[in-house]
Amino acid sequence: MTKAQDELLLSRLRDGEESAFAQLIDALHSKLVRFARGFVHDEAAAEDVVQEAWIGVLDGLHAFEGRSSLSSWIFGITANKAKTRAARDARTAPFSALADREASEVECAVSPNRFLDSSSEWPGHWAQPPASWGARPEEHLLQTETMNELLRITEGLPAAQRAVLFLRDVEGYEPSAVCNILDLSETNVRVLLHRARSKVRGALEVYLTR
Amino acid sequence: MMDCNELVELITDYLEGSLAASDRTRFDEHLRICDGCTSYLDQMRATLKALGNIPAGSVGQTARERLLNAFRDWKKTQ
Repeated sequence: MTKAQDELLLSRLRDGEESAFAQLIDALHSKLVRFARGFVHDEAAAEDVVQEAWIGVLDGLHAFEGRSSLSSWIFGITANKAKTRAARDARTAPFSALADREASEVECAVSPNRFLDSSSEWPGHWAQPPASWGARPEEHLLQTETMNELLRITEGLPAAQRAVLFLRDVEGYEPSAVCNILDLSETNVRVLLHRARSKVRGALEVYLTR
Repeated sequence: MMDCNELVELITDYLEGSLAASDRTRFDEHLRICDGCTSYLDQMRATLKALGNIPAGSVGQTARERLLNAFRDWKKTQ
């Protein structure tokens, strides 16, 4: 949505126009639940979190200053509710700690085994280059079955990587908006995005060449 | 000269447009002579395109009703 569309929708909401709220729910609710699901242990908890977030949105409508887009503000509220819920359920470390840990572990985009070692003539070059994804990889990737697999792959990512990839690559938010929504540093977002993308490509390679 | 195992670590910065100009030149030069890394970049681009096309679900009827009720309650307090 453009800034002008945001402002129009916001003023309709503030005027209490139910159809404006319905429009917002229809556009965002299922995405928010998918997003929240990455923080909490089951679907029901994710639904609860998002329900709570919507109440937070209503309570904050008049104070919202429009420094971010309406939808990224709503994602940010959802992230905060989801973090609180995850901490309360005490199943995981705080999100910021998870993010730090995921970003600081030593990890390669591609297994080192797939590159030639220092005893070869071309150390660091492909020993086992990426396997072909077939003649029309883009068509293949957009098939429902592959899409379902892709979704499953993203759901298997570590929590912070999953959240960053979802916001940046599935929802298309700019890196600066991703930092704001998740309250993470630019560096962490960059590293987490890289790790997530590398894993997803690697998992797709396995799936598409099995 | 850039090695393949370095390129795969710089690919996100390359695609995000945040790679330093000198690294970008080395990256492009490497691509010109390396089929493996060209495939890798193509696959990463295809992956990103597919991620951007994951279909959104839809809101369940019960949740939708509950939220619209919450909106009506909120409106009364305004």
